[in-house]
Amino acid sequence: MNLHEYQAKELLASRGVPIPRGSICYTPLEALVAARRLGTEKVVLKAQVHSGGRGKAGGVALLTMNDDIRSAAADILGKRLVTNQTGPDGKPVSALLVEEAVPIDREIYLGVVLERTTGQVTIMASPEGGMEIEKLAREAPESIFTLRVSPLRGLVSYQARDMAYLLSDHHVLAAELAKIITALYEVLVDYDCSLAEINPLVVSGDKVLALDAKVNLDDNALFRHPEFERWRDRSQEDMLELAAHKDGLSYVKLDGNIGCMVNGAGLAMATLDLISLHGGAPANFLDVGGGASEQAVMDAMNILLDDERVKVVFINVFGGILRCDVLAQGVVTALETRHIHLPVIARIEGTNIEQGRTIFRESGLPIELISSLDDAAKLVIKKAASV
Amino acid sequence: MAILVNKQSRVVCQGITGRNGTFHSLACRDYGTNMVAGVTPGKEGHSVEGIPVFNSVWKAVRETGADVSIIFIPAAHAREPILEAVDAGIRVIVCITEGIPPLDTASALYTVRQEGGYLIGPNTPGIISPPEKCKVGLMPGYIHTPGRVGVISRSGTLTYEVVDQLTKNGVGQSTCLGLGGDPVVGLSFIDVLKMFQDDPETDAVVLIGEIGGSAEEHAAEFIKTEFSKPVAAYIAGRLAPPGKRMGHAGAIIDGGTGTAHGKIQALTDAGVTVIENLTQVGSAVKAMLQ
Repeated sequence: MNLHEYQAKELLASRGVPIPRGSICYTPLEALVAARRLGTEKVVLKAQVHSGGRGKAGGVALLTMNDDIRSAAADILGKRLVTNQTGPDGKPVSALLVEEAVPIDREIYLGVVLERTTGQVTIMASPEGGMEIEKLAREAPESIFTLRVSPLRGLVSYQARDMAYLLSDHHVLAAELAKIITALYEVLVDYDCSLAEINPLVVSGDKVLALDAKVNLDDNALFRHPEFERWRDRSQEDMLELAAHKDGLSYVKLDGNIGCMVNGAGLAMATLDLISLHGGAPANFLDVGGGASEQAVMDAMNILLDDERVKVVFINVFGGILRCDVLAQGVVTALETRHIHLPVIARIEGTNIEQGRTIFRESGLPIELISSLDDAAKLVIKKAASV
Repeated sequence: MAILVNKQSRVVCQGITGRNGTFHSLACRDYGTNMVAGVTPGKEGHSVEGIPVFNSVWKAVRETGADVSIIFIPAAHAREPILEAVDAGIRVIVCITEGIPPLDTASALYTVRQEGGYLIGPNTPGIISPPEKCKVGLMPGYIHTPGRVGVISRSGTLTYEVVDQLTKNGVGQSTCLGLGGDPVVGLSFIDVLKMFQDDPETDAVVLIGEIGGSAEEHAAEFIKTEFSKPVAAYIAGRLAPPGKRMGHAGAIIDGGTGTAHGKIQALTDAGVTVIENLTQVGSAVKAMLQ
């Protein structure tokens, strides 16, 4: 679960990380009042969306108290922000973070992740803050300091200090940096984050502040952090993806018109690739799960049928734990209930395949059963083109 | 002798009295596995169709000589059963469970590694060796056939699809292993490739990868310099958009890294036969072996 910048900052502040003064605003008037209350020469208006690249997309405005703050806020609030990460539809901006603008003497990168390859919490710091870490890793990898933390001992204070000394010779600043490094590490570990990042961490005069913060909570661990559920922003997600998630299904919207249902994430991805290879365009990724029930299959069919772009449905199931008859029944029931007769092409394999075939055949619905996966994919594309 | 599990392996199922634990323990036994015990705290003295249930793993090990464990315990509580198995002396642990918080996995994995053990998974369909008639997992046994090709995969049903094709093309399998779909897993492609390199009963390997992380890229480096047997690969997720979790917790393109194209390139550069059309994997591997 992604957090907004203001939520991430609130979380970090609660652990002792200094952040710029500011408040969250939902209307242009609120933004104006908040700016005036800050009393600083300059303020920053920052669109709160689950995306990076907001600045380039016009989602960040640096203003003086002489500028028309209400107008600037109105230009961002209530609109959809399209960044290089959101896709062409962008994401709705319903909140602005209005902050004091601080002079920036130095920008530092600080990030904590659970590194996949080693299975260790890894802290990364770089004196080249402000740039994306991936770009930094490509262009100036030698500027990134990396510390892998022992899962047994946790972060030992000398390790945080040593990393801070790499960033600054100035002992007061280094002490402050060590504190922040430790706090960021603790945020990741205590709240089961997949990422906790401050970029840039800014030195401004004698202060150190987190100018921007990104915290992603790991979905698998949310059950033990129920207090964060109040921070979930459904407006930042696609509606169908939300509906699927509610049903316990994995669904990702794509651009095409071929609705896909597969059991198993790897096979689902592979099915999309196969369709694309043959010149078709899948409308979605949808994994009903290895051990799906008839209800889950019905819910999955309904998600596909709710998508108006879908012209034809492709079902590719290799039944291991999922039985083909359970799948077939779920599909048939969903189609009958909805009275929607989109062409359905199914390739099923595995447990109870004959029972599954029989259910499909006897339904009287326009469901074509093809045993060759390659032929099924080609037929689906032909059907989608002709509808 | 196969890798990791064989006909001598004595398997204990942690979570045997749950629905999945029971179903799959019996299915494994039907395949030929020595399912010697189950563990569910509080249920000692029960039996699951003749498989004795114990309160603790150490007891199961003492009474039955179990040396492999399969874990079917829900995600919120799955870390400790792994530790319990290690503490009881088990050195091959198959954790089927999906949805474990990664920090829990990392913590348990540290201990497994410290004790010289192997964690397969989590979020894995398990491991099967057809020549040894030993299955420790969920995979349908009937699609497999004994042979000399090793299969290492990050997926479940995609693996079945590929194995089914291999079998239908007359290419039998020595050992098929699911690494797991999570971002942090125990064994890596490289760990298993090393085992296959030293396995006299495996002549070639098929890798099944997907987006997310850099396991395939690391494997490519290893294959280039230290793996002498032929390798074929299929990588899923060419169409995956960046930043979206594609089912598996570990299947996500993060900040430009972990793309299918990157993995395909790295593997191709390492001399691996990367197959583009999923439906041609079986025939391509058959051709590669000729």
